[in-house]
Amino acid sequence: MIMIKTENLSHIYSAHTPFEKVAIGNINLEIEQGAFVGVIGHTGSGKSTLIQHFNGLLKPTSGKILIDGKDIWENKQQIRQVRFDVGLVFQYPEYQLFEETVYQDIAFGPTNMGLSKEEIHNRVIEAMEFVGLKEKYAKKSPFDLSGGQKRRVAIAGVIAMRPKVLILDEPTAGLDPKGRDQILGQIKEYHKQTKSTVLLVSHSMEDIAKYTQKVLVMNHASVFAYDTVEQIFTKSQEITKMGLSVPQVTKVFYQLHQRGFALENDVYTVKYAANEILKLWNQRGE
Amino acid sequence: MNQIIKTQHLRFEYIREDENEHILVLDNINVQIQKGEFVAILGHNGSGKSTLAKHFNAILLPTEGLVMVDGIDTTQSERLFDIRQKVGMVFQNPDNQIVATIVEEDVAFALENLGVAPSEIRRRVDEALKTVDMYEFREHAPHQLSGGQKQRIAIAGIIAMRPECIVLDEPTAMLDPKGRQEVLKTIMDLNQNEKTTVAIITHYMDEAALADRVIVIDHGKVVMEGKPKEIFSQVEQLKSLGLDVPQVTELCYLLRQQGMPVPVDVITEEECVEVLTQLLQSDIKGD
Repeated sequence: MIMIKTENLSHIYSAHTPFEKVAIGNINLEIEQGAFVGVIGHTGSGKSTLIQHFNGLLKPTSGKILIDGKDIWENKQQIRQVRFDVGLVFQYPEYQLFEETVYQDIAFGPTNMGLSKEEIHNRVIEAMEFVGLKEKYAKKSPFDLSGGQKRRVAIAGVIAMRPKVLILDEPTAGLDPKGRDQILGQIKEYHKQTKSTVLLVSHSMEDIAKYTQKVLVMNHASVFAYDTVEQIFTKSQEITKMGLSVPQVTKVFYQLHQRGFALENDVYTVKYAANEILKLWNQRGE
Repeated sequence: MNQIIKTQHLRFEYIREDENEHILVLDNINVQIQKGEFVAILGHNGSGKSTLAKHFNAILLPTEGLVMVDGIDTTQSERLFDIRQKVGMVFQNPDNQIVATIVEEDVAFALENLGVAPSEIRRRVDEALKTVDMYEFREHAPHQLSGGQKQRIAIAGIIAMRPECIVLDEPTAMLDPKGRQEVLKTIMDLNQNEKTTVAIITHYMDEAALADRVIVIDHGKVVMEGKPKEIFSQVEQLKSLGLDVPQVTELCYLLRQQGMPVPVDVITEEECVEVLTQLLQSDIKGD
Protein backbone atom coordinates (compact mmCIF):
# COMPACT_ATOMS: atom_id res chain seq x y z
CA MET A 1 0.00 0.00 0.00
CA ILE A 2 1.26 3.46 -0.88
CA MET A 3 1.05 6.05 1.90
CA ILE A 4 2.57 9.10 0.20
CA LYS A 5 2.34 9.58 -3.53
CA THR A 6 3.26 12.64 -5.57
CA GLU A 7 2.34 13.19 -9.20
CA ASN A 8 4.44 15.70 -11.14
CA LEU A 9 4.72 17.77 -7.99
CA SER A 10 6.41 21.14 -8.51
CA HIS A 11 6.82 24.22 -6.38
CA ILE A 12 8.13 27.48 -7.74
CA TYR A 13 8.86 30.35 -5.35
CA SER A 14 8.19 33.94 -6.53
CA ALA A 15 6.88 32.75 -9.89
CA HIS A 16 6.83 35.35 -12.70
CA THR A 17 9.28 37.62 -10.86
CA PRO A 18 13.02 38.07 -11.38
CA PHE A 19 13.51 35.97 -8.20
CA GLU A 20 11.69 32.95 -9.59
CA LYS A 21 13.17 29.77 -8.21
CA VAL A 22 12.17 26.17 -8.77
CA ALA A 23 12.37 24.64 -5.29
CA ILE A 24 11.13 21.24 -6.43
CA GLY A 25 10.41 20.22 -9.99
CA ASN A 26 8.30 17.39 -11.28
CA ILE A 27 8.58 15.00 -8.36
CA ASN A 28 7.05 11.54 -8.80
CA LEU A 29 7.43 9.50 -5.67
CA GLU A 30 5.72 6.58 -3.94
CA ILE A 31 6.46 5.91 -0.28
CA GLU A 32 5.04 2.67 1.10
CA GLN A 33 2.92 2.46 4.23
CA GLY A 34 5.10 1.47 7.19
CA ALA A 35 8.40 2.50 5.59
CA PHE A 36 11.15 4.14 7.66
CA VAL A 37 12.75 6.56 5.23
CA GLY A 38 15.84 8.73 5.61
CA VAL A 39 15.73 11.96 3.63
CA ILE A 40 19.01 13.65 2.71
CA GLY A 41 20.08 16.46 0.44
CA HIS A 42 22.29 19.53 0.85
CA THR A 43 20.92 22.93 1.85
CA GLY A 44 18.75 24.19 -0.99
CA SER A 45 18.18 20.75 -2.52
CA GLY A 46 14.44 21.05 -1.96
CA LYS A 47 13.99 18.56 0.85
CA SER A 48 12.33 20.98 3.28
CA THR A 49 10.03 22.27 0.55
CA LEU A 50 9.09 18.69 -0.30
CA ILE A 51 8.23 17.61 3.24
CA GLN A 52 6.18 20.75 3.82
CA HIS A 53 3.97 19.61 0.94
CA PHE A 54 3.26 16.30 2.64
CA ASN A 55 1.04 17.87 5.28
CA GLY A 56 -0.27 20.74 3.24
CA LEU A 57 1.84 23.54 4.72
CA LEU A 58 2.81 24.40 1.17
CA LYS A 59 0.50 24.09 -1.79
CA PRO A 60 1.98 22.77 -5.02
CA THR A 61 2.27 25.26 -7.87
CA SER A 62 1.48 22.25 -10.05
CA GLY A 63 0.98 18.52 -9.55
CA LYS A 64 -0.65 16.48 -6.80
CA ILE A 65 0.05 14.91 -3.42
CA LEU A 66 -1.91 11.87 -2.34
CA ILE A 67 -1.87 10.74 1.28
CA ASP A 68 -3.32 7.28 1.84
CA GLY A 69 -4.83 7.44 -1.65
CA LYS A 70 -6.53 10.82 -1.26
CA ASP A 71 -5.57 14.01 -3.07
CA ILE A 72 -5.05 16.36 -0.12
CA TRP A 73 -6.01 19.50 -2.05
CA GLU A 74 -9.13 18.04 -3.62
CA ASN A 75 -11.23 19.54 -0.87
CA LYS A 76 -9.65 22.58 0.78
CA GLN A 77 -11.82 22.25 3.88
CA GLN A 78 -10.22 18.90 4.67
CA ILE A 79 -6.65 20.17 4.83
CA ARG A 80 -6.90 20.39 8.63
CA GLN A 81 -7.40 16.64 8.77
CA VAL A 82 -4.19 16.19 6.72
CA ARG A 83 -2.24 18.02 9.43
CA PHE A 84 -3.47 15.43 11.95
CA ASP A 85 -2.64 12.53 9.62
CA VAL A 86 0.82 13.76 8.76
CA GLY A 87 2.70 15.01 11.82
CA LEU A 88 5.66 17.28 11.17
CA VAL A 89 8.36 17.93 13.78
CA PHE A 90 10.40 20.94 12.73
CA GLN A 91 14.06 21.64 13.34
CA TYR A 92 14.76 22.85 16.88
CA PRO A 93 11.12 22.12 17.86
CA GLU A 94 11.87 23.06 21.47
CA TYR A 95 11.44 26.71 20.48
CA GLN A 96 7.79 26.01 19.72
CA LEU A 97 6.74 24.98 23.22
CA PHE A 98 4.37 27.47 24.79
CA GLU A 99 2.07 25.86 27.37
CA GLU A 100 2.35 26.10 31.14
CA THR A 101 3.01 22.43 31.71
CA VAL A 102 4.54 19.60 29.75
CA TYR A 103 1.22 17.76 29.91
CA GLN A 104 -0.73 20.66 28.42
CA ASP A 105 1.81 21.15 25.68
CA ILE A 106 1.64 17.52 24.57
CA ALA A 107 -2.18 17.59 24.86
CA PHE A 108 -2.48 20.60 22.54
CA GLY A 109 -2.72 18.61 19.30
CA PRO A 110 -5.14 15.93 20.56
CA THR A 111 -7.30 18.66 22.17
CA ASN A 112 -7.61 20.41 18.83
CA MET A 113 -8.66 17.13 17.29
CA GLY A 114 -11.72 17.28 19.54
CA LEU A 115 -10.97 14.06 21.42
CA SER A 116 -12.47 13.13 24.79
CA LYS A 117 -10.57 14.01 27.95
CA GLU A 118 -9.86 10.37 28.66
CA GLU A 119 -8.54 9.71 25.17
CA ILE A 120 -6.34 12.79 25.37
CA HIS A 121 -4.95 11.56 28.66
CA ASN A 122 -4.14 8.12 27.26
CA ARG A 123 -2.40 9.64 24.29
CA VAL A 124 -0.32 12.06 26.35
CA ILE A 125 0.87 9.24 28.60
CA GLU A 126 1.61 7.00 25.61
CA ALA A 127 3.52 9.76 23.81
CA MET A 128 5.58 10.53 26.91
CA GLU A 129 6.53 6.86 27.13
CA PHE A 130 7.60 6.76 23.50
CA VAL A 131 10.03 9.64 23.96
CA GLY A 132 11.26 8.42 27.33
CA LEU A 133 9.85 11.24 29.49
CA LYS A 134 9.07 10.10 33.02
CA GLU A 135 5.62 10.92 34.39
CA LYS A 136 7.03 13.28 36.99
CA TYR A 137 7.74 15.77 34.20
CA ALA A 138 4.06 16.08 33.27
CA LYS A 139 3.37 18.91 35.72
CA LYS A 140 6.61 20.79 35.16
CA SER A 141 6.92 23.89 33.04
CA PRO A 142 8.55 22.92 29.74
CA PHE A 143 10.83 25.93 30.14
CA ASP A 144 12.49 24.40 33.21
CA LEU A 145 13.71 21.39 31.25
CA SER A 146 17.03 20.84 29.53
CA GLY A 147 17.29 21.28 25.75
CA GLY A 148 17.16 17.54 25.09
CA GLN A 149 14.08 17.08 27.29
CA LYS A 150 12.30 20.04 25.67
CA ARG A 151 12.88 18.44 22.33
CA ARG A 152 11.30 15.21 23.58
CA VAL A 153 8.23 17.16 24.72
CA ALA A 154 7.90 18.71 21.26
CA ILE A 155 8.18 15.32 19.55
CA ALA A 156 5.67 13.82 21.99
CA GLY A 157 3.22 16.57 21.10
CA VAL A 158 3.19 15.38 17.50
CA ILE A 159 3.20 11.66 18.34
CA ALA A 160 0.16 12.22 20.60
CA MET A 161 -1.92 12.94 17.50
CA ARG A 162 -1.15 9.37 16.36
CA PRO A 163 -0.37 10.50 12.83
CA LYS A 164 -0.26 7.99 9.99
CA VAL A 165 2.98 9.61 8.89
CA LEU A 166 5.57 11.11 11.24
CA ILE A 167 8.11 13.45 9.66
CA LEU A 168 11.08 14.69 11.70
CA ASP A 169 13.33 17.44 10.35
CA GLU A 170 16.78 16.93 11.87
CA PRO A 171 15.59 15.83 15.29
CA THR A 172 19.13 15.42 16.62
CA ALA A 173 20.75 18.71 15.51
CA GLY A 174 22.87 20.07 18.34
CA LEU A 175 22.53 16.99 20.57
CA ASP A 176 25.52 15.12 21.95
CA PRO A 177 26.21 11.55 20.71
CA LYS A 178 24.36 9.93 23.60
CA GLY A 179 21.30 12.16 23.28
CA ARG A 180 21.32 11.56 19.54
CA ASP A 181 21.38 7.77 19.91
CA GLN A 182 18.62 7.88 22.53
CA ILE A 183 16.22 9.95 20.45
CA LEU A 184 16.88 7.98 17.27
CA GLY A 185 16.50 4.71 19.19
CA GLN A 186 13.13 5.88 20.52
CA ILE A 187 11.97 6.89 17.05
CA LYS A 188 12.98 3.48 15.76
CA GLU A 189 11.04 1.79 18.56
CA TYR A 190 8.05 4.03 17.81
CA HIS A 191 8.20 2.94 14.19
CA LYS A 192 8.40 -0.72 15.18
CA GLN A 193 5.48 -0.56 17.60
CA THR A 194 3.09 1.65 15.66
CA LYS A 195 4.00 0.33 12.21
CA SER A 196 3.40 3.84 10.92
CA THR A 197 5.33 5.58 8.17
CA VAL A 198 8.30 7.60 9.44
CA LEU A 199 10.44 10.10 7.51
CA LEU A 200 13.68 11.25 9.06
CA VAL A 201 15.43 14.25 7.54
CA SER A 202 19.11 14.26 8.45
CA HIS A 203 22.48 15.53 7.31
CA SER A 204 24.11 12.54 8.92
CA MET A 205 24.54 9.58 6.62
CA GLU A 206 25.80 7.63 9.63
CA ASP A 207 22.45 8.05 11.36
CA ILE A 208 20.45 7.31 8.25
CA ALA A 209 22.51 4.18 7.63
CA LYS A 210 22.06 3.00 11.18
CA TYR A 211 18.35 3.57 11.61
CA THR A 212 16.36 3.75 8.39
CA GLN A 213 15.43 1.16 5.76
CA LYS A 214 15.14 3.35 2.69
CA VAL A 215 16.76 6.58 1.63
CA LEU A 216 15.41 9.47 -0.41
CA VAL A 217 18.23 11.59 -1.84
CA MET A 218 17.24 15.06 -3.04
CA ASN A 219 19.50 17.02 -5.37
CA HIS A 220 18.87 20.21 -7.37
CA ALA A 221 15.12 20.27 -6.75
CA SER A 222 14.57 16.67 -7.87
CA VAL A 223 14.78 13.15 -6.54
CA PHE A 224 18.26 11.77 -7.21
CA ALA A 225 17.38 8.35 -5.83
CA TYR A 226 14.85 6.57 -3.67
CA ASP A 227 16.10 3.13 -2.75
CA THR A 228 17.21 0.78 -0.01
CA VAL A 229 20.12 1.84 2.17
CA GLU A 230 22.39 -0.81 0.58
CA GLN A 231 21.69 0.39 -2.95
CA ILE A 232 22.17 4.03 -2.02
CA PHE A 233 25.62 3.37 -0.59
CA THR A 234 26.84 1.76 -3.79
CA LYS A 235 26.51 5.31 -5.17
CA SER A 236 28.76 6.80 -2.51
CA GLN A 237 30.98 8.58 -5.04
CA GLU A 238 28.07 10.42 -6.64
CA ILE A 239 26.64 11.30 -3.24
CA THR A 240 29.96 12.75 -2.12
CA LYS A 241 30.07 14.90 -5.26
CA MET A 242 26.68 16.38 -4.33
CA GLY A 243 28.24 17.88 -1.22
CA LEU A 244 26.86 15.21 1.07
CA SER A 245 29.09 13.09 3.19
CA VAL A 246 29.04 9.32 3.38
CA PRO A 247 30.07 7.48 6.56
CA GLN A 248 33.81 7.18 7.23
CA VAL A 249 33.68 3.38 6.92
CA THR A 250 32.03 3.66 3.51
CA LYS A 251 34.93 5.83 2.34
CA VAL A 252 37.48 3.42 3.80
CA PHE A 253 35.84 0.47 2.05
CA TYR A 254 35.69 2.34 -1.21
CA GLN A 255 39.43 2.97 -1.03
CA LEU A 256 40.20 -0.63 -0.08
CA HIS A 257 38.01 -1.77 -2.96
CA GLN A 258 40.00 0.52 -5.28
CA ARG A 259 43.20 -1.10 -4.04
CA GLY A 260 41.94 -4.43 -5.25
CA PHE A 261 40.66 -6.08 -2.07
CA ALA A 262 37.64 -8.33 -2.52
CA LEU A 263 35.35 -6.20 -0.39
CA GLU A 264 31.82 -5.00 -1.03
CA ASN A 265 31.44 -1.29 -1.64
CA ASP A 266 27.99 -0.95 -0.08
CA VAL A 267 29.28 -0.95 3.49
CA TYR A 268 27.84 1.70 5.78
CA THR A 269 27.76 0.47 9.37
CA VAL A 270 30.78 -0.17 11.57
CA LYS A 271 29.62 -3.64 12.62
CA TYR A 272 29.07 -4.82 9.07
CA ALA A 273 32.43 -3.34 8.10
CA ALA A 274 34.20 -5.20 10.90
CA ASN A 275 32.62 -8.49 9.84
CA GLU A 276 33.65 -8.03 6.23
CA ILE A 277 37.26 -7.26 7.18
CA LEU A 278 37.39 -10.26 9.52
CA LYS A 279 36.11 -12.59 6.79
CA LEU A 280 38.92 -11.45 4.53
CA TRP A 281 41.47 -11.65 7.35
CA ASN A 282 40.48 -15.22 8.17
CA GLN A 283 40.70 -16.25 4.51
CA ARG A 284 44.32 -15.21 4.20
CA GLY A 285 46.75 -17.98 3.41
CA GLU A 286 44.01 -20.49 2.74
CA MET B 1 54.18 34.59 27.89
CA ASN B 2 53.16 31.58 25.88
CA GLN B 3 49.72 30.99 27.27
CA ILE B 4 46.85 32.91 25.77
CA ILE B 5 44.31 31.41 28.18
CA LYS B 6 44.85 30.00 31.61
CA THR B 7 42.37 29.06 34.31
CA GLN B 8 43.29 28.36 37.91
CA HIS B 9 40.88 26.55 40.23
CA LEU B 10 38.01 28.00 38.22
CA ARG B 11 34.67 27.42 39.88
CA PHE B 12 31.36 28.71 38.57
CA GLU B 13 27.94 28.38 40.09
CA TYR B 14 24.64 30.12 39.71
CA ILE B 15 21.58 30.35 41.89
CA ARG B 16 18.21 29.26 40.57
CA GLU B 17 15.90 32.09 41.53
CA ASP B 18 12.73 30.20 42.35
CA GLU B 19 14.25 27.47 44.44
CA ASN B 20 17.23 29.27 45.91
CA GLU B 21 19.33 26.35 44.81
CA HIS B 22 23.03 26.60 44.02
CA ILE B 23 23.94 24.89 40.77
CA LEU B 24 27.61 24.06 40.39
CA VAL B 25 28.57 24.18 36.71
CA LEU B 26 32.36 24.29 36.77
CA ASP B 27 34.41 22.74 39.52
CA ASN B 28 38.12 23.40 39.94
CA ILE B 29 39.05 23.74 36.29
CA ASN B 30 42.73 24.16 35.51
CA VAL B 31 43.38 24.43 31.80
CA GLN B 32 45.93 26.21 29.68
CA ILE B 33 45.82 27.04 26.02
CA GLN B 34 49.14 27.87 24.40
CA LYS B 35 49.52 30.51 21.72
CA GLY B 36 49.08 28.99 18.28
CA GLU B 37 47.47 25.84 19.59
CA PHE B 38 44.34 24.14 18.19
CA VAL B 39 42.33 22.71 21.06
CA ALA B 40 39.05 20.80 20.91
CA ILE B 41 36.75 20.70 23.93
CA LEU B 42 34.38 17.74 24.18
CA GLY B 43 31.62 16.88 26.62
CA HIS B 44 27.96 15.89 26.54
CA ASN B 45 25.13 18.46 26.67
CA GLY B 46 25.12 20.02 30.11
CA SER B 47 28.72 19.06 30.93
CA GLY B 48 29.72 22.70 31.35
CA LYS B 49 31.85 23.10 28.23
CA SER B 50 30.00 26.16 26.85
CA THR B 51 30.09 27.77 30.28
CA LEU B 52 33.83 27.22 30.31
CA ALA B 53 34.20 28.77 26.84
CA LYS B 54 32.27 31.85 27.98
CA HIS B 55 34.92 32.40 30.65
CA PHE B 56 37.59 32.67 27.94
CA ASN B 57 36.57 36.20 26.97
CA ALA B 58 34.84 37.42 30.10
CA ILE B 59 31.25 36.84 29.03
CA LEU B 60 31.09 35.00 32.35
CA LEU B 61 33.29 35.64 35.37
CA PRO B 62 34.41 32.97 37.83
CA THR B 63 32.62 32.51 41.16
CA GLU B 64 35.98 31.43 42.55
CA GLY B 65 39.42 31.03 41.03
CA LEU B 66 41.05 32.89 38.21
CA VAL B 67 40.90 33.19 34.44
CA MET B 68 43.83 34.91 32.72
CA VAL B 69 43.70 36.05 29.10
CA ASP B 70 47.18 36.86 27.84
CA GLY B 71 48.13 37.77 31.38
CA ILE B 72 45.03 39.85 32.11
CA ASP B 73 42.71 38.79 34.92
CA THR B 74 39.21 38.71 33.34
CA THR B 75 37.62 40.31 36.42
CA GLN B 76 39.43 43.58 35.60
CA SER B 77 36.44 45.25 33.98
CA GLU B 78 38.51 48.19 32.72
CA ARG B 79 40.44 45.74 30.53
CA LEU B 80 37.29 44.21 29.01
CA PHE B 81 37.87 45.70 25.55
CA ASP B 82 41.44 44.36 25.50
CA ILE B 83 40.25 40.90 26.52
CA ARG B 84 37.48 40.78 23.91
CA GLN B 85 39.88 41.94 21.24
CA LYS B 86 42.37 39.23 22.09
CA VAL B 87 39.80 36.45 22.26
CA GLY B 88 36.87 36.44 19.83
CA MET B 89 33.88 34.15 20.10
CA VAL B 90 31.82 32.46 17.39
CA PHE B 91 28.51 30.82 18.34
CA GLN B 92 26.41 27.97 16.99
CA ASN B 93 23.69 29.86 15.16
CA PRO B 94 25.00 32.22 12.46
CA ASP B 95 21.65 34.04 12.34
CA ASN B 96 22.11 35.24 15.92
CA GLN B 97 25.48 36.81 15.14
CA ILE B 98 24.81 38.82 12.03
CA VAL B 99 23.66 42.39 12.61
CA ALA B 100 23.95 44.24 9.30
CA THR B 101 22.04 43.94 6.03
CA ILE B 102 25.15 43.83 3.82
CA VAL B 103 27.95 41.32 4.30
CA GLU B 104 30.84 43.83 4.38
CA GLU B 105 29.00 46.12 6.77
CA ASP B 106 28.52 43.22 9.11
CA VAL B 107 32.22 42.39 9.07
CA ALA B 108 33.01 46.08 9.72
CA PHE B 109 30.64 46.36 12.69
CA ALA B 110 33.10 45.59 15.48
CA LEU B 111 35.86 47.70 13.90
CA GLU B 112 33.56 50.72 13.77
CA ASN B 113 32.81 50.24 17.44
CA LEU B 114 36.51 50.03 18.21
CA GLY B 115 37.02 53.38 16.44
CA VAL B 116 39.36 52.05 13.78
CA ALA B 117 40.10 54.56 10.98
CA PRO B 118 37.87 54.13 7.86
CA SER B 119 40.72 53.34 5.48
CA GLU B 120 42.03 50.72 7.91
CA ILE B 121 38.51 49.27 8.26
CA ARG B 122 38.29 48.90 4.48
CA ARG B 123 41.61 47.08 4.40
CA ARG B 124 40.83 44.73 7.27
CA VAL B 125 37.31 43.90 6.05
CA ASP B 126 38.62 42.98 2.59
CA GLU B 127 41.40 40.93 4.11
CA ALA B 128 39.06 39.11 6.51
CA LEU B 129 36.57 38.33 3.75
CA LYS B 130 39.37 36.98 1.56
CA THR B 131 40.64 34.82 4.43
CA VAL B 132 37.25 33.11 4.80
CA ASP B 133 36.85 32.99 1.01
CA MET B 134 33.73 35.19 0.98
CA TYR B 135 35.17 38.30 -0.72
CA GLU B 136 33.02 37.93 -3.82
CA PHE B 137 29.91 38.00 -1.62
CA ARG B 138 30.87 41.27 0.11
CA GLU B 139 27.91 43.20 -1.30
CA HIS B 140 25.32 40.45 -0.77
CA ALA B 141 22.60 40.41 1.86
CA PRO B 142 23.43 37.83 4.57
CA HIS B 143 19.95 36.26 4.51
CA GLN B 144 20.55 35.08 0.95
CA LEU B 145 23.58 33.06 1.96
CA SER B 146 23.77 29.43 3.05
CA GLY B 147 24.41 28.48 6.67
CA GLY B 148 28.07 27.71 6.02
CA GLN B 149 28.55 31.02 4.23
CA LYS B 150 26.86 32.95 7.05
CA GLN B 151 29.02 31.23 9.62
CA ARG B 152 32.13 32.23 7.64
CA ILE B 153 30.87 35.85 7.67
CA ALA B 154 30.56 35.62 11.45
CA ILE B 155 34.15 34.33 11.59
CA ALA B 156 35.29 37.16 9.29
CA GLY B 157 33.71 39.67 11.69
CA ILE B 158 35.84 38.23 14.45
CA ILE B 159 39.14 37.95 12.55
CA ALA B 160 38.79 41.55 11.31
CA MET B 161 39.51 42.49 14.93
CA ARG B 162 42.76 40.53 14.62
CA PRO B 163 42.26 38.46 17.76
CA GLU B 164 45.02 36.16 18.94
CA CYS B 165 42.54 33.46 19.76
CA ILE B 166 39.14 32.39 18.42
CA VAL B 167 36.77 30.36 20.55
CA LEU B 168 34.06 28.57 18.56
CA ASP B 169 31.08 27.04 20.34
CA GLU B 170 29.72 24.26 18.10
CA PRO B 171 30.19 26.36 14.97
CA THR B 172 29.11 23.58 12.62
CA ALA B 173 26.15 22.10 14.53
CA MET B 174 23.54 23.74 12.30
CA LEU B 175 25.33 23.24 8.99
CA ASP B 176 25.06 20.61 6.28
CA PRO B 177 28.16 18.52 5.44
CA LYS B 178 29.35 20.96 2.77
CA GLY B 179 28.93 23.93 5.11
CA ARG B 180 30.76 22.02 7.81
CA GLN B 181 33.69 21.35 5.51
CA GLU B 182 33.89 25.01 4.45
CA VAL B 183 33.90 26.27 8.02
CA LEU B 184 36.38 23.64 9.20
CA LYS B 185 38.77 24.44 6.37
CA THR B 186 38.55 28.13 7.28
CA ILE B 187 39.36 27.35 10.90
CA MET B 188 42.28 25.07 10.00
CA ASP B 189 43.71 27.70 7.62
CA LEU B 190 43.47 30.39 10.28
CA ASN B 191 45.34 28.20 12.72
CA GLN B 192 48.01 27.03 10.29
CA ASN B 193 48.58 30.14 8.16
CA GLU B 194 47.66 33.04 10.43
CA LYS B 195 48.85 31.24 13.60
CA THR B 196 45.59 32.12 15.32
CA THR B 197 44.94 30.09 18.46
CA VAL B 198 41.75 28.06 18.11
CA ALA B 199 39.54 26.52 20.79
CA ILE B 200 36.59 24.64 19.32
CA ILE B 201 33.71 23.05 21.17
CA THR B 202 32.20 20.27 19.13
CA HIS B 203 30.12 17.10 19.17
CA TYR B 204 31.77 15.89 15.98
CA MET B 205 34.58 13.51 16.83
CA ASP B 206 36.14 13.76 13.37
CA GLU B 207 36.55 17.51 13.97
CA ALA B 208 38.19 16.90 17.33
CA ALA B 209 40.55 14.39 15.67
CA LEU B 210 42.11 17.30 13.74
CA ALA B 211 43.10 19.23 16.89
CA ASP B 212 46.52 19.36 18.56
CA ARG B 213 44.94 18.60 21.91
CA VAL B 214 41.57 17.45 23.23
CA ILE B 215 40.04 18.40 26.58
CA VAL B 216 37.07 16.34 27.81
CA ILE B 217 34.69 17.92 30.33
CA ASP B 218 32.19 15.95 32.40
CA HIS B 219 30.03 17.27 35.24
CA GLY B 220 32.01 20.49 35.31
CA LYS B 221 35.41 18.81 35.63
CA VAL B 222 38.25 18.08 33.25
CA VAL B 223 38.24 14.28 33.01
CA MET B 224 40.56 13.66 30.08
CA GLU B 225 43.20 15.73 28.37
CA GLY B 226 45.74 14.82 25.70
CA LYS B 227 46.53 14.37 22.04
CA PRO B 228 43.59 13.14 19.93
CA LYS B 229 45.29 9.76 19.52
CA GLU B 230 45.66 9.36 23.28
CA ILE B 231 42.06 10.35 23.93
CA PHE B 232 40.32 8.41 21.17
CA SER B 233 42.22 5.21 21.86
CA GLN B 234 40.22 5.02 25.12
CA VAL B 235 37.02 3.94 23.40
CA GLU B 236 35.24 2.52 26.45
CA GLN B 237 35.90 5.51 28.68
CA LEU B 238 34.66 7.96 26.05
CA LYS B 239 31.49 5.95 25.54
CA SER B 240 30.86 5.86 29.28
CA LEU B 241 31.05 9.67 29.22
CA GLY B 242 28.26 9.76 26.61
CA LEU B 243 30.72 10.59 23.84
CA ASP B 244 31.75 8.82 20.70
CA VAL B 245 34.90 8.04 18.74
CA PRO B 246 35.44 8.48 15.00
CA GLN B 247 33.95 5.56 13.01
CA VAL B 248 37.37 4.33 11.88
CA THR B 249 38.54 4.22 15.51
CA GLU B 250 35.51 2.15 16.42
CA LEU B 251 36.10 -0.16 13.45
CA CYS B 252 39.68 -0.80 14.56
CA TYR B 253 38.49 -1.30 18.14
CA LEU B 254 36.04 -4.02 17.02
CA LEU B 255 38.71 -5.69 14.88
CA ARG B 256 41.15 -5.70 17.77
CA GLN B 257 38.55 -7.35 20.00
CA GLN B 258 38.30 -10.11 17.41
CA GLY B 259 42.03 -10.69 17.54
CA MET B 260 43.32 -8.66 14.61
CA PRO B 261 46.59 -6.88 15.46
CA VAL B 262 45.30 -3.37 14.71
CA PRO B 263 46.93 -0.41 16.53
CA VAL B 264 44.79 1.37 19.16
CA ASP B 265 45.33 4.88 17.90
CA VAL B 266 43.87 4.97 14.39
CA ILE B 267 41.81 8.17 14.16
CA THR B 268 41.75 9.19 10.51
CA GLU B 269 40.46 7.58 7.32
CA GLU B 270 43.89 7.59 5.68
CA GLU B 271 45.54 5.81 8.61
CA CYS B 272 42.76 3.24 8.65
CA VAL B 273 43.12 2.46 4.94
CA GLU B 274 46.92 2.11 5.31
CA VAL B 275 46.73 -0.12 8.37
CA LEU B 276 44.13 -2.42 6.83
CA THR B 277 45.97 -2.58 3.50
CA GLN B 278 49.15 -3.73 5.22
CA LEU B 279 47.42 -6.28 7.41
CA LEU B 280 45.32 -7.76 4.65
CA GLN B 281 48.26 -7.96 2.26
CA SER B 282 50.43 -10.01 4.61
CA ASP B 283 50.09 -13.63 3.65
CA ILE B 284 51.18 -15.52 6.72
CA LYS B 285 48.26 -16.27 8.94
CA GLY B 286 48.50 -15.88 12.67
CA ASP B 287 51.67 -13.87 13.17
